[in-house]
Amino acid sequence: MWSVQQFLRQAQRGTEEKEREGALVSLRRGLQHPETQQTFIRLEGSMRTLVGLLTSNQALLQLEAARCLHELSHSEQSTVAEACLPATSYLLTYLSGHSSDFIELCLYTLGNLIVESEAVRRQLLPQGIVPALAACIQSPHVAVLEALGYALSQLLQAEEAPEKIIPPASASSSILASTLPQHMLQMLQPGPKLNPGVAVEFAWCLHYIICSQVSNPLLIGHGALSTLGLLLLDLAGAVQKTEDAGLELLACPVLRCLSNLLTEAAVETVGGQMQLRDERVVAALFILLQFFFQKQPSLLPEGLWLLNNLTANSPSFCTSLLSLDLIEPLLQLLPVSNVVSVMVLTVLCNVAEKGPAYCQRLWPGPLLPALLHTLAFSDTEVVGQSLELLHLLFLYQPEAVQVFLQQSGLQALERHQEEAQLQDRVYALQQTALQG
Amino acid sequence: MQLPPALCARLAAGPGAAEPLPVERDPAAGAAPFRFVARPVRFSREHQFFEDGDVQRHLYLQDVLMQVADVPEKPRVPAFACQVAGCCQVFDALDDYEHHYHTLHGNVCSFCKRAFPSGHLLDAHILEWHDSLFQILSERQDMYQCLVEGCTEKFKTSRDRKDHMVRMHLYPVDFRFDKPKKSRSPASAEAPGDSGERSEGEAMEICSEPVAASPAPAGERRIYRHRSVSELVLKPVLNMCLVLRILGCTWAAALLILNSER
Repeated sequence: MWSVQQFLRQAQRGTEEKEREGALVSLRRGLQHPETQQTFIRLEGSMRTLVGLLTSNQALLQLEAARCLHELSHSEQSTVAEACLPATSYLLTYLSGHSSDFIELCLYTLGNLIVESEAVRRQLLPQGIVPALAACIQSPHVAVLEALGYALSQLLQAEEAPEKIIPPASASSSILASTLPQHMLQMLQPGPKLNPGVAVEFAWCLHYIICSQVSNPLLIGHGALSTLGLLLLDLAGAVQKTEDAGLELLACPVLRCLSNLLTEAAVETVGGQMQLRDERVVAALFILLQFFFQKQPSLLPEGLWLLNNLTANSPSFCTSLLSLDLIEPLLQLLPVSNVVSVMVLTVLCNVAEKGPAYCQRLWPGPLLPALLHTLAFSDTEVVGQSLELLHLLFLYQPEAVQVFLQQSGLQALERHQEEAQLQDRVYALQQTALQG
Repeated sequence: MQLPPALCARLAAGPGAAEPLPVERDPAAGAAPFRFVARPVRFSREHQFFEDGDVQRHLYLQDVLMQVADVPEKPRVPAFACQVAGCCQVFDALDDYEHHYHTLHGNVCSFCKRAFPSGHLLDAHILEWHDSLFQILSERQDMYQCLVEGCTEKFKTSRDRKDHMVRMHLYPVDFRFDKPKKSRSPASAEAPGDSGERSEGEAMEICSEPVAASPAPAGERRIYRHRSVSELVLKPVLNMCLVLRILGCTWAAALLILNSER
């Protein structure tokens, strides 16, 4: 049984190249184990030797040395990641090479190291990781792009990213100052060139940038809303065609990006093209909601979040919900969970609060029976939102009051009249019902 | 969850926005105790709302990373040798050969045969080691460009440049791809294998091909002797153009370098 030290010595000084390569292969296998990783980093000169092999003129030794480094990068110990600091300038240098497999390996290694240690990130930024990654995005190789997306997503997820990595004003060329955002959006444009694995990574990158709320108007200016909107349509189309379970991996970040971007003031003030007005977005969203309902219910809240943001300030989208007959499908989601119920009721409130023309279209129909049902829930938030909706319905569609009374509505209200958060509203509705 | 049949047709049809129904709000709608206000919601990075989706993302990545770490069995082929003149390496897997080719023959200096990991570093090397025009210009202005991608700083000497890379970019002091040039003495020719600083791993600039007693003419090395003005200007231009043509560049690029003295 050879020790780490012996393998290293053989790799460094062996006479036959095959022997040296074999030693590194054995070392790599050993480095899959945490104890061996610890032994390695504690051994004096070990990283120096490995870096020497990484930069050697023998390509296969270089590759195996890079694989050893990659194994080390998997460690969850930040000390191991930090032990790899001497190698980072070389990993970055190799990103502008031409060997796509090697570049891919370096990117995954960098991505792993980035996650584990802030010290590594603090070194990588001045070493020029952002321009190096930006250069990689021109690669024609799908595997390289996917690896790049991964490394970038890890960088963007770092805690200090909103202050130090994303904003244009950052010292050492930031993400937003580079060409990365435009390229990322290009990778997300639907069409024959769209690669799902690559798109997933860049969609997550975009999500981390957007939810950091650093400079979203800039992204809107680059056409993010329309690109993501079209991608959503594309996803809905794909969902209808195949039973592919992987689509939610892309749908999730796309929904998040759209939802957050819609809260930007820039969306309102900029001229028509920048805004999202296309009714097909609502149709696509419902197709995705149905897909989530069947395959991944935990993503329903994210889909409904987008629906809320689409409908809150948009009479047009609220009208679409009515004209496309989407109220009933929406109500079918009520039983899923309390969180989903609250969101469904919120969206319905968005529609109802726009006035009588909207409430008339909600009446008669399944809405009132559904509300009587949700009033029976014990969750305060669900009941509270039901009360809000009922109030709007009574206000704009007074005929509903009679039917409410006939369907034992008052008894449903009475259940909650002791509840502190609900009693004022319960009382107000009771008064309205009795007067009506 | 049942969707109306017409929905798929709507998706397939062209873009369009619904003509909105008239909006008519009653002030009583928002009157206390009712508090509903329609508003878009924003969630920030750390919000708990993202937990479920984040977990799925994490699980997906675990799968991806495991696949990356798994080194596939290389498909073997009958042994073959590298076709580049002077290279005697033999391979039995195409991937190995591809990596070897890119590493050792991809970015090679035609003057001294050193191999570099990227075109960027090769270009810098040629300029700084093999271009007398560069040397002349560098006496008058800062010509040594920082090697870090994206940094536009230039320096008077390679030493200054190294200091900058170490201080500002946290590069290692012994960065393998920034070897200082040998000291300039009139008669010293530089042999490619002659690196007093060769480290144990054999720094990459040195080609693996066996270097016989080099018959390469001294003219390709940097040797200072008095030359006429036209020689000083013409020969480096021709050298540069030759190199650039090899690299696929145009006359325009050649002129760019000459124009660096405004």
